[in-house]
Amino acid sequence: MTLSLFALQLLNGIEVGLLLFLVASGLTLVFGVLGVLNFAHGSFYMLGAYLAWWLAERTGGLIWAVLLGVPVMLALGWAVERFAISRLYRRDHLSQVLLTYGLVLLFNELQRTLFGNDVHGVPAPRALDWTVSLGEMQTWGAYRIFTSIACLCIAIGMRQIILGTRFGMRVRAGASNGEMLEALGVDVRRLFSVLFSIGTALAALAGMLAAPLTTVFPGMGESVLVVSFVVVVIGGIGSIKGAFAGAMLVGIADTFGKVLLPSISSAIVYAVMAAVLIFRPQGLFGEAQAR
Amino acid sequence: MSASLSRRSLLALAAGSLAAPRARAAAGAKLKIGLLLPFSGTYAALGVNIADAMKLAAREHGGKLGGREIEWVQVDDESDPAKAPGNVNRLVVGEKVDILTGPVHSGVAMAMMQIVRQEKTLTIVTNAGAQAVTGTLCAPNVFRTSFSNWQVSYPCAEVMLKAGHKKAILMFWNYSFGQESMAAFKEGYSKGGGSIVKEIAVPFPNTEFQANLSEIASLKPDAVFVFFAGAGAAKFVKDYADAGLKGKIPLYGSGFLTEGVLGAAGPAAEGIKTTLHYAETLDNPANKKFREAFKKATARDADVYAVAGWDTIQALAQALDKVKGDTGAQKELIAALESVRLDSPRGAFRFSKAHNPVQDIYLRQVKGGQQVVLGVAQKGAEDPAAGCNLGK
Amino acid sequence: MISSRARLFLALGALALAAVPASGDRFWMQFLGKAMIGGIFAMSLDLLVGFAGLVSLAHAAFFGLGAYLLAGLSNRYQLAQMALTLPICMAGAAAGALIIGWLSLRAAGVYFIMVTLAFTQMLYYFLNDAPWFGGSDGLYVALRPLSNPIAAYYAIWIALVAVFAFLLLLLRSPFGRVLIGIRGNEQRMRSLGFPTRQYLLAAFVLAGSLAGLAGYLDANLYGFVNPALFGWRESGLVLMTVLLGGKGTLHGPALGALLLALLQQQGERLTEHWTAIIGAVVIAVVLFLPRGVAGLLEARRA
Repeated sequence: MTLSLFALQLLNGIEVGLLLFLVASGLTLVFGVLGVLNFAHGSFYMLGAYLAWWLAERTGGLIWAVLLGVPVMLALGWAVERFAISRLYRRDHLSQVLLTYGLVLLFNELQRTLFGNDVHGVPAPRALDWTVSLGEMQTWGAYRIFTSIACLCIAIGMRQIILGTRFGMRVRAGASNGEMLEALGVDVRRLFSVLFSIGTALAALAGMLAAPLTTVFPGMGESVLVVSFVVVVIGGIGSIKGAFAGAMLVGIADTFGKVLLPSISSAIVYAVMAAVLIFRPQGLFGEAQAR
Repeated sequence: MSASLSRRSLLALAAGSLAAPRARAAAGAKLKIGLLLPFSGTYAALGVNIADAMKLAAREHGGKLGGREIEWVQVDDESDPAKAPGNVNRLVVGEKVDILTGPVHSGVAMAMMQIVRQEKTLTIVTNAGAQAVTGTLCAPNVFRTSFSNWQVSYPCAEVMLKAGHKKAILMFWNYSFGQESMAAFKEGYSKGGGSIVKEIAVPFPNTEFQANLSEIASLKPDAVFVFFAGAGAAKFVKDYADAGLKGKIPLYGSGFLTEGVLGAAGPAAEGIKTTLHYAETLDNPANKKFREAFKKATARDADVYAVAGWDTIQALAQALDKVKGDTGAQKELIAALESVRLDSPRGAFRFSKAHNPVQDIYLRQVKGGQQVVLGVAQKGAEDPAAGCNLGK
Repeated sequence: MISSRARLFLALGALALAAVPASGDRFWMQFLGKAMIGGIFAMSLDLLVGFAGLVSLAHAAFFGLGAYLLAGLSNRYQLAQMALTLPICMAGAAAGALIIGWLSLRAAGVYFIMVTLAFTQMLYYFLNDAPWFGGSDGLYVALRPLSNPIAAYYAIWIALVAVFAFLLLLLRSPFGRVLIGIRGNEQRMRSLGFPTRQYLLAAFVLAGSLAGLAGYLDANLYGFVNPALFGWRESGLVLMTVLLGGKGTLHGPALGALLLALLQQQGERLTEHWTAIIGAVVIAVVLFLPRGVAGLLEARRA
């Protein structure tokens, strides 16, 4: 592999990782604070993508679709938390897994009835409909670069909010010690509702941004979900920093795995995860759990 | 010797007793047709189109085949091979359908073959292209109205060689459909003197192609031949254009690359050449009539999947008329099906000795968001049916 | 643990199942055979979920291993004798459980769930992509150990009863009590000097080998194996079965398997949207019926 091809592949890997981070960050946020393992997270990604397509068709562009779609998904997240997730806080993991698995089935049905089963493409915004050439043969779509930058901005923004605001302080307090929040007089129920909505919207936003790149199709949420789990496990559950590191690692490992070891490429990501677990069972940035 | 003899006769006896319930002929009784198709999941759109086309064709025959009214028994197979044996069992043994049709997914088809070969249910495969269905596992009671994976890929090799592309990269989804398509292509390509620079297998249903596209760009082959379908195909076509390879390295594929995804892929698909046994722009009266009727009935445009569903009922109508609807007379019914000649929307259609369609394979190119037929890539293409002894 | 009336009910149910082949209806024999396999599978998972407190999403992998090993032995080595293939397949599933369990049990709680899921996916992709196991089309079992449908049915029936009895005895043994203790409070059990991780691993391997038995019987019943057996949907489905039936009751999950099979069969007949119905049922059971159907029956009686 030449140096320039290596650099190109590294870039490819980072790009995959950045989008993955956006999905995984919502998952890890919800788990870290609410303590709920949400299997329906992938469904929010899928619904986001379908919504982006549906709204873009009607409003004439992806930008409008995102502006209209994100509030819709925030509301959906709020409703799901209120009517289903909030009943799980004192329940075991089995109930959480199964209830959210039930939600996956329901959301799949929702997608079928609302949007149908066809594959759809979503055009990138016209302003970003050009390419940058890299090397002598290959080019990159401007939209691809835009999504990477957008993901990076969101990552930095999340860091600023969590480290620098009152809301962020509560989130951190909730992640490390739930009871303390109540003692401090924080309205925990509301905090949880808000956080779950944000987690939902993050997954949906990832789906919307990804829609022009991946096309929109039934079942797109499930493959993303499992990879997000791997990311979160590698990074350490509940850690945004970990999700970022994990997403990068998975994106790059997957990209180079495809080129260097194509015959077993789909197993590479899991092998990385196994290796991390052997040396750091709590993940790269996770806090040690009992056992 | 006597031991082996008695064992064989026992086996024959067992087979006879299994087949016995099939012998129930019933002129006048309803004709039960089982549909084992995906109505949910990734392939749902395909399943729905096949089923709708079958029902549409049946309506054109007044809801009757061979004088018997049709009763549809529908099962959502979810394209899940783990559930397939149970689902097939339900249709064949539980519902005792007279004729079983479906599925889309090859894994489901394999489970289906296992059971219908034993139970001798008359079966028509309406999509799954697995070679084994009309190859190593072929059976007198199993027909296929769609295609074999060989048929839609092998002819493309010659097309590419004729265009002067001697060095190719192959890229495909690493599951049986992709693997068999590539094997067929390679057979034709190396026979004609082409060489394969690299084979890139992408895990199914992964749609992250960027790393492999960078690789293709660095290797600079004469052309690329791919197998992808559905969402993956739309994504690949877009990525290929985004990566700037479109226009520099010609892209070819089996027809599924551009089937049902032109809307999703948009202008990125323009100019791609593929081989398939159908194209929506085929200029023949049967196709025109079929497309109009389908559009009227469903408000959707017909596709290659719908054609297979349509032809399934047309073939059954011809054959059942000949035996006056007597599905109990299976031998005669099979003979009648073997002699079916259809004026299909895809052109002339008949079954080979292995019960796979003998059909023209067209070379198509995407122009203005449509598949335009450039010509016939292979006339009357017949699957080699390796491992099948039917009619030999 | 089980009331005497429930015991009578279970015994009658088992006898009724034993009588099914007399009817000669091949559809119901296959249907109930499959449901009983689901029962064995769910009971083996109940050992982990209901008693050891481990929520594993890797259970389908051991089912799949048992099934694939039989296909491999039968196709490659023309081995079909049950006395030979059954122990090999169960041991193979146990070996898989040992490796996956050893790695996964390094993680606790929710990590454990995700890690088991990821390993199952890895195996799924391996079988799906690698060309030498039949790939995504799957494999036929060339020689079935029990090709006679009646023999296959009774083998399943015997396995169901035997697994139930075995697990019942196991849970009453000191080993079972330690497991239940770990579910209650792992910390305390460890400070009492029990090597809790080894206990959990032993349970994981045992449950894995029983899941392998279920897979073996499944491959024998249908003569067909496919990578989809390893899918995460299968793992999810068996978890659902355990919860629907009532976790921690053993007989509950077996009932759950039968119930779910019937629900699926009837639901699909009624409406195309039956997956939504299954989803709604799952949510309703989690929210309103946490002890499952078995819990409902007990409550009615009390």
